[in-house]
Amino acid sequence: MITIKNLHKSYVTGSNSLHVLKGLSLEIEEGEMVSIMGASGSGKSTLLNVLGILDNYDLGEYHLNGIFIKDISETKAAQLRNQTIGFVFQSFNLISFKNAMENVALPLYYQGVNRRKRNQIAMEYLDRVGLKDWWMHLPSELSGGQKQRIAIARSLISKPKVILADEPTGALDSVTSMEVMDLLQEINDEGITMLIVTHEHDIALRTQRSIKLKDGVIETITYHKSTYKAVSSF
Amino acid sequence: MFDRDRWFEIYSTLRSNKLRTFMTAFGVFWGILMLIIMVGSGNGLRNSVFDGFQDFATNSAFIWTRQTTLPYKGLPRGRYWNFNNADMKALKDNIPEIGYLAPRLQPWSGNGENNVVRGIKTASYDIFGDYPAFFRIDPVTMLSGREINDIDILEKRKVAVIGNRVRDELFEKGEEPIGKYIRIRGVYFQVVGVFEPRNKNMSFGNDKEKTVFIPFTSLQVAYNMGDEVHFLAVTARNNTSVAVVEKKVMALLAERNKVAPEDEQAFGHFNLEKEFEQMNGLFNGINVLIWIVGIGTLFAGVVGVSNIMLIVVKERTKEIGIQRSIGATPWKITGQILMESVALTSFSGMIGLVLGVSILEMINYQMVSSGAEAEMFKNPGVDFNIALTALIVLIFAGLFAGFIPAQKAVSIKPVEALRAE
Repeated sequence: MITIKNLHKSYVTGSNSLHVLKGLSLEIEEGEMVSIMGASGSGKSTLLNVLGILDNYDLGEYHLNGIFIKDISETKAAQLRNQTIGFVFQSFNLISFKNAMENVALPLYYQGVNRRKRNQIAMEYLDRVGLKDWWMHLPSELSGGQKQRIAIARSLISKPKVILADEPTGALDSVTSMEVMDLLQEINDEGITMLIVTHEHDIALRTQRSIKLKDGVIETITYHKSTYKAVSSF
Repeated sequence: MFDRDRWFEIYSTLRSNKLRTFMTAFGVFWGILMLIIMVGSGNGLRNSVFDGFQDFATNSAFIWTRQTTLPYKGLPRGRYWNFNNADMKALKDNIPEIGYLAPRLQPWSGNGENNVVRGIKTASYDIFGDYPAFFRIDPVTMLSGREINDIDILEKRKVAVIGNRVRDELFEKGEEPIGKYIRIRGVYFQVVGVFEPRNKNMSFGNDKEKTVFIPFTSLQVAYNMGDEVHFLAVTARNNTSVAVVEKKVMALLAERNKVAPEDEQAFGHFNLEKEFEQMNGLFNGINVLIWIVGIGTLFAGVVGVSNIMLIVVKERTKEIGIQRSIGATPWKITGQILMESVALTSFSGMIGLVLGVSILEMINYQMVSSGAEAEMFKNPGVDFNIALTALIVLIFAGLFAGFIPAQKAVSIKPVEALRAE
């Protein structure tokens, strides 16, 4: 699903150049659930941005779902982000003046689905994350866990192949964190590839393998036994 | 474009900062209001001035004789002279550019001794001996009866066409003047028509409503005028300048009457075309000025909108980033900023337009009802085309105002936008 080879990325600010990703190679199969760990500055967020085509890279190769991602147009990138990738952010990134249903329906708006239909679909996804009765609430009226579940519903609505989650539980307490992880797990069980950036060990433990970054390269890859079986069995 | 979400988004951003939206909208509103009021006032001035030319043939010139100021061919300076019947024929024969030619005799004016009598009533009026052609140059409205016609001229009929105030003064209220006789300087004339002047502003005598027209030939014969002509009016044929015709006419008349060719003082003349064009030029100039100032004011408003939109984009960086991350194309973002800008400018502009037109209408209504019309200001207002132009200008102004902010919005990379927390 995701293949990167010898990926380099540096940030240039004035005369300073900060080399963040230093020749990273990684392969993630379809249906895998992978966590990316590392201290701050290790390059995990940068990697996620590159994978999400929110940022470009300098050297190397990146294939997403068989498509070579390099110097593609903004319109094409928008289309890929819309239809192939789902994002879940630490700070939820819901639009404050739209209610829960409208937030969930937004990706379909960019696909040109008419209002009635996309709202109907949004309600189905809200039902799935258990927030059907909250559809008319604005983000400011919801708890952190609820907001994250809405964000997850939004990321799912366009039936993506990959979900990229950047510290999805970073702003949540441990109980809600586990609820959110249960939900992500459930989604993964349906075959959607899941990539979670986290620095919490117990979150990483719930994925099939953990990739630990250090200074822009992969330091270790740890396979977690409990879930690894499930993958090897199919 | 007619998507509810898009309009809702526009509405919610504009609503989120009411004061700022109001201030921005005010700039455009004020610009268009000023433009409309200035254009409307300009039209008011123009209407009042051009009203003076109303119904009058603007391609006409008027020529009369004065004392000569130069000696010529043995004749002294300071000589009094007159045109004559033969001159008129010569003009017709030699100058093909002449449209209408109307010679006139004006022996008695309305501010001299009493010259018209009916029964026991007597008064003083302008008495003109005219050809029918004069009514083509300075048209009148017939209240009853008819104008002077060609048969009157040919048969030298003793008929008179009188102004409405002449009727009011010489006849009883409700009395029918047609067919009745009036005595003009001792000679009886039958009234065949009562007229009202169409253009009351331009007159070569006194009050046009106090004028008596009789056939030119009748006057010449009945009062022993010989072959004299006192005054003449000419019009130019289509596509010919009356100024040129006027020059040719005066040259020929000077030659035929032994007046020095360079003696310009020997003629009195007046050329409506020149006056008309001067006024036209003046008002066109004013109009250009109005549009320059108006567009300038509007432009200031538009720059305000652009400025605010830049701030809006800046404030919504995060939101734009979110939208980009879930698949909004750059065009979708650009479109949204542009729409917002156009919506803001058009809406505030429309309010300015409506208010401007209302103010003009109110001024007009006040003036009409108080009777102060026509002096300096008449019928101020803007026509539909100008309103439409203003609207198109507004939409383009909105696009223009939104362009730079929209560029800015799409130039922000989604990752940068998401980072801005």
